[in-house]
Amino acid sequence: MILVFCELKDGQIRKPSAEALSEGRRLADAAGKPLGALFAGASCAGSAEAAKYGADVILTAEGPTLASYSSDAFATVIADAVKAKGATVLLAAATAVGKDMAPRAAARLGAGYASDVTGLSIVDGKLQAIRPVYAGKAFATTTFASAVQVATTRPNVFPAAEKPGAGVAETLAAPVGDFKSVVKEILAKASGKVDLSEANVIVSGGRGMKDGTNFKILEALADAIGGVVGASRAAVDAGWGLPHSMQVGQTGKVVSPTLYIACGISGAIQHIAGMSGSKFIVAINKDSEAPIFKLANYGIVGDLFEVVPELTKAAKAMGIGKN
Amino acid sequence: MKILVALKQVPDTETKIKVAADGRSLDPADVKWITSPYDEYALEEAIRTKESKGAEVVALSVGGDSTKDVLKNALALGADSAVLLRGDGQGDAFAVAQIIAGYAKDKAFDLILCGNKGLGGDNAAMGPMLAELLGIGQANVIVMLELSEGSFKAERETEGGSEIVEGALPAVITAQKGLNEPRYASLKGIMAAKKKTIEELDAVPVTTGTQIIALSLPPERPAGRKLEGDAAAQAQALIQALKDEAKVF
Ligand SMILES: Cc1cc2nc3c(=O)[nH]c(=O)nc-3n(C[C@H](O)[C@H](O)[C@H](O)COP(=O)(O)OP(=O)(O)OC[C@H]3O[C@@H](n4cnc5c(N)ncnc54)[C@H](O)[C@@H]3O)c2cc1C
Ligand SMILES: Cc1cc2nc3c(=O)[nH]c(=O)nc-3n(C[C@H](O)[C@H](O)[C@H](O)COP(=O)(O)OP(=O)(O)OC[C@H]3O[C@@H](n4cnc5c(N)ncnc54)[C@H](O)[C@@H]3O)c2cc1C
Repeated sequence: MILVFCELKDGQIRKPSAEALSEGRRLADAAGKPLGALFAGASCAGSAEAAKYGADVILTAEGPTLASYSSDAFATVIADAVKAKGATVLLAAATAVGKDMAPRAAARLGAGYASDVTGLSIVDGKLQAIRPVYAGKAFATTTFASAVQVATTRPNVFPAAEKPGAGVAETLAAPVGDFKSVVKEILAKASGKVDLSEANVIVSGGRGMKDGTNFKILEALADAIGGVVGASRAAVDAGWGLPHSMQVGQTGKVVSPTLYIACGISGAIQHIAGMSGSKFIVAINKDSEAPIFKLANYGIVGDLFEVVPELTKAAKAMGIGKN
Repeated sequence: MKILVALKQVPDTETKIKVAADGRSLDPADVKWITSPYDEYALEEAIRTKESKGAEVVALSVGGDSTKDVLKNALALGADSAVLLRGDGQGDAFAVAQIIAGYAKDKAFDLILCGNKGLGGDNAAMGPMLAELLGIGQANVIVMLELSEGSFKAERETEGGSEIVEGALPAVITAQKGLNEPRYASLKGIMAAKKKTIEELDAVPVTTGTQIIALSLPPERPAGRKLEGDAAAQAQALIQALKDEAKVF
């Protein structure tokens, strides 16, 4: 069996999980194996949706011990499910939860683990992964030495494809015990906006923004085209009040949106490392020699303070971002 | 309190990646090596704990001769001792976790600090794997850490927010930027470090979980196009192109 750990939010499968599940379906077909979707939580209401993405079996572990996230309880659920089902491949999305628990579960299973993969295939019955290394400056083709193979899939890379499966429901026991580290409190709830690592459209600002308050013109553009705002390290470190969580690059977030708009960003190697995996790149810079233009599908040489508001206007005029 | 800090030596962020002749590793020619940036936050947190609460700080790295630079630097910054677990340069995060677990298991560390990911390898896996192998708790991508008698409280970065993780010590904590502001080594520290020796041990052979069979560079991006005219015309042309050519909207 190919098993995919899925996360629910407000009773729905999170998009990165749907992507992992769809990729799981593709691999299951290639390997001639069934696909299992695995859920854990105080309640797994909404898990039936996994059938839409091709799950043959939907496994749920429900119980009070799974109400708050704890790496050992979740790793236990997963490792036990892998053993019970004799699964050879375990996937999860490379989210905050996925990246926390998948390596722990892999170690418990004595399994090889490939994180944040952007490509998966079955070669001679074994999983093979392609994963960005050096923050995307290179790609490593990775094979597994172990019988069980664990990988987390990078959000926004694998398409979520609907392909109905039988979705036979099965329940698993929730782990009991004293967990060594537990989430006690969720502090800043995401403001309804998706995280940079999962965003489809990103508008980023660099030192050329001159001040943090000027980021409001990027917010306006992002709102108009359904995007979220990121920043270069120069902007984050400038003391403009931008959090590190906005930083894109080798020591920030590595992102892979469909569209990345770089405003007043020169294109330093560490910044490029974090965003060169974007499908389309737009650069807006007043210096026509800025290295960012080498990557850009579309370049605008000009003053961002003039260009960005015009973009917002044009997008609104054309009715973009209404979906 | 006894603290272990795991430090990895990595290529500098300026490095232009060239693939070696074997087709599966980094060509080390012209590469400048540094301590992985996130590991610097881990070390700084250990030294601050030592200063505020009193602790013994052991810096550890799995690697070869060149890795000693990382450990010398850690000693100069305030680590009490340093251990090099000598390996052959092969192996993945799981192998490293097994090697470090083998070293740490009977040494009664109260806290193990790591980077949240090793720059380059980018697995973000060694910490959680080590925690599992040692049977202790973990908290990853940490921007705030509070230690009490036998327990910890940490703030962990998540998608678009953060959460508080609490747990028992010993535990593995992996550091994120924001945890602290690492110091520079003082001349006094550098001089004192010269007198300290780095303990060298052979890494216990282990199995690796994964293997890199090929390393390749990303495909060249297609040549781009500059949009002409005044700001309004450029903006109009861009939105049109994104809609009609790129089909982004
Ligand atoms: C260890 C290490 C790690 C790093 N990690 C990261 C990382 O993760 N992410 C990251 O981004 N950087 C990182 N850096 C920093 C990186 O080297 C660069 O310093 C940084 O990316 C530069 O940011 P920038 O492009 O915003 O600023 P600059 O390089 O100063 O570029 C500003 C650009 O704005 C343009 N501009 C100015 N005014 C206007 C205007 N009115 N209209 C249009 N254009 C204008 C300029 O022409 C210029 O090209 C790292 C560096 C180190 C040493
Ligand atoms: C026998 C052997 C010899 C090795 N020799 C070398 C070598 O000579 N040079 C080299 O660069 N790598 C060496 N490695 C390390 C190995 O290639 C990588 O560390 C491993 O692939 C994980 O990399 P990562 O950055 O993805 O880890 P991640 O999981 O992203 O790392 C997370 C954190 O774990 C810790 N960590 C990771 N790797 C190490 C390490 N090697 N030592 C101490 N702490 C670490 C750091 O705190 C790091 O921030 C060796 C491994 C083995 C098994």
